[in-house]
Amino acid sequence: MEHIARNTDVDSLREIARQLRIDALKMIHLAGGGHPGGSLSAADLIVSLYFRVMNIRPGEPDWPDRDRFVLSKGHGCPILYATLARLGYFDRAHLDTLRKLGSILQGHPDMKRTPGLDTTTGSLGQGLSIGLGMALMGKLSARPYRVFVMLGCGELDEGQVWEAAMCAAKYKTNNLLAIIDYNQLQLDGTNDEIMPLEPLDDKWRSFGWNAIRIDGHDFEAILEAYAQAAAHEQGPTVIIAKTVKGKGVSFMEDQLDWHGRAPSDKQLESALRELEV
Amino acid sequence: MIADRFAGVERIPTRNAYGQALVELGRVDPRVVVFEADISKSTQTYRFAEAFPDRFFNVGVAEQNMMAAAAGAATCGNIAFVSTYAVFGSMRACEQLRTSVAYPKLNVNVAVSHAGLTAYDDGVTHQAVEDMGIVRTIPNMTVVQPCDGPSTRKTVLAAVEIDGPVYIRLTRIGMPTIYPADFDFEIGRAIRLREGKDVTIVAVGDMVCQALLAADELAAEGIEADVLDMHTIKPLDETALLESAAKTRAVVTAEDHNILNGLGSAVAETLGETLPTPMRRIGLRDTFGESGGYEELLKHFGLSAWHVANAARGVIERKKSASRT
Repeated sequence: MEHIARNTDVDSLREIARQLRIDALKMIHLAGGGHPGGSLSAADLIVSLYFRVMNIRPGEPDWPDRDRFVLSKGHGCPILYATLARLGYFDRAHLDTLRKLGSILQGHPDMKRTPGLDTTTGSLGQGLSIGLGMALMGKLSARPYRVFVMLGCGELDEGQVWEAAMCAAKYKTNNLLAIIDYNQLQLDGTNDEIMPLEPLDDKWRSFGWNAIRIDGHDFEAILEAYAQAAAHEQGPTVIIAKTVKGKGVSFMEDQLDWHGRAPSDKQLESALRELEV
Repeated sequence: MIADRFAGVERIPTRNAYGQALVELGRVDPRVVVFEADISKSTQTYRFAEAFPDRFFNVGVAEQNMMAAAAGAATCGNIAFVSTYAVFGSMRACEQLRTSVAYPKLNVNVAVSHAGLTAYDDGVTHQAVEDMGIVRTIPNMTVVQPCDGPSTRKTVLAAVEIDGPVYIRLTRIGMPTIYPADFDFEIGRAIRLREGKDVTIVAVGDMVCQALLAADELAAEGIEADVLDMHTIKPLDETALLESAAKTRAVVTAEDHNILNGLGSAVAETLGETLPTPMRRIGLRDTFGESGGYEELLKHFGLSAWHVANAARGVIERKKSASRT
């Protein structure tokens, strides 16, 4: 199985993210369905976590002390699957089976099928609660792990997210980090058109969270934010990472259309031309 | 006049037995954690909270967050109990139960009070008459409603041994004690409480005592009922059901629930596919309840022992006319 060294520098992270974007697009193309926009927007944040920040053992996916990752915006799973495969959780050949009958890679994440997945997600709004439960158990058992939950911005419309936010503040779960992939587009339109979210950091702060705003494609800023979050001991932290939906492929960037459809042969070809420079 | 077999028998709400059993479980199993949504004094989880404050999480009036947080806890090797009222556990947090708990088959046990008309004067908002049907339809779920204190204790202790979620339906009101403190109990295995050859009465939860009262009434007329405590409606004990139905050729089901999708439906599905048998279902006839006294509501909605006995007479009559043709 192919492995890539972890604890990598910023240039290597950028290079891994470029390669995994290619993997994700090829997977979605072959599957004939999936969500390219949100996979590409989340890529740099996820790569930074898995290849630099998280304490994990790909050869031992059930290691009790591992850091957990919850992809609450489960539809972004192609980029996560590509990440897990690259780390050696499973053979990369599985990537070609995405969404196919019998595959270990379901249309949305199934923890019982895919080695390396910590949770089953895909129904928006539930992931922060799941991560909270994990964080509470980490405190209870005095295990040193941290829990990273990635939410979509449209997902913040769900009331349950704010139930979980209140509860995490109550229990001061400083081992819980929420990351918002803030690409400002949801399925039917922009956040502003469908359900305005601003002032978003004020909302989180008023719920008792430490809030950090960054550019979600600036690797130095991402790593700095993760470090700041780790140093914040009083309670949970949220990173509001401004991203671009479809990032890396010019004709997909900021396009509502690319939320949930597969590229054609031709479109894949032009996307790869841009990414394979 | 038939003697009331439960006159003078101790009655305890099964939610109380649940609260006590949780503490017992907490002592022997450090993996057990409890999530509560601000009604611990009613669901009785306050007992666990007092004994094990570190393992008790009161998330406030937020059942959806509670259900999914319990799922997260279960992924870490803990065994979670989630408590609220049945209407909220099965409906407010239904999709969290389905997707975050049942789909990954996590060890989250949903123990919920105020089953059916046992919520009596609280009225429809707090009377769950749909819950068993809803949770029974979710794959990987086990669904149990014990009838008294001792069987509730047994259910709670057995639930932690089941791989996957167990829905435990509890009563607000006191239930007469039927079983001794210790007895043979297994989730998924019905208990025959009375032997008879004329009619099978399959009952669940608070209707078990009504079934026994009905059997006493029938016995006075020379009708001998086989009474099954079908505490687990999923997986249904088909062996016990078919064995009894083959013998009596007449079946009555009794549940404090809508007649749709609960015990009666489960029994009809099995009999229909395997051993078509004349049957009648006792339960709410696709209607909401209303406020009132518990016994009063049982009579009003056709769930009293008298109604069960009457259904038994009717189904025996159908069996006879079928054998004549």
